Amino acid sequence: MLDIQLLTTPLDTQACIQFVHADDAGGIDVFIGTVRNATKGKAVLRLDFEAYEPMAIAEMRKIAEQALEKFGAKKIALHHRVGTLEIGEAAVVIAVSAPHRAAAFDACRYCIDTLKETVPIWKKEIFEDGEVWVAAHP
Amino acid sequence: MKISLLSFGIAKDITGQRFLDVELPSPATVGDLRSVLVKQFPRLSELASVRLAVNSEYADESVFLSENDEVALIPPVSGG
Repeated sequence: MLDIQLLTTPLDTQACIQFVHADDAGGIDVFIGTVRNATKGKAVLRLDFEAYEPMAIAEMRKIAEQALEKFGAKKIALHHRVGTLEIGEAAVVIAVSAPHRAAAFDACRYCIDTLKETVPIWKKEIFEDGEVWVAAHP
Repeated sequence: MKISLLSFGIAKDITGQRFLDVELPSPATVGDLRSVLVKQFPRLSELASVRLAVNSEYADESVFLSENDEVALIPPVSGG
């Protein structure tokens, strides 16, 4: 069972945990990706996220389906935020339940690592003196 | 034939617009479209990678395009 969402409003970690709760799961692993205040020693004021929405949802769903299949996870909630985010806010919340903890950790890590490689979402770092699309240039 | 091109992230800064109609001789592949785009927008070749998605799926260079396909220019992603 999956709960995949792209949201313009603050993410609700508790709702993600509640969604994945299952009587046959002995562990829930949660990853929260938050907005850091600096990159390579330079102060970041905020981040702007944009997404190719239908494809981002489809790719997040594929990843979560693969994680269920590969690791035997029970339920996954994958919520990603778009728009302008301030320092400390959550950009992504992933909650995974599985019968045992190893599968929950592995599936959660698979979801965030793969999301960062394939899901069409982009973040722009806003600095005091300019802005940069993250990872755009080699 | 005409395809609809969507640009995101830094690719949108480079093409200057989110939506762009591109005219291509038929038949044309994703690779052909890439050549046309790189010629028109040389700064695309400075990016770490540019993938193309056809109707919301990543597509190989050899995939043939059809009239009215929605193609997206996907610069390096950075979600999470």
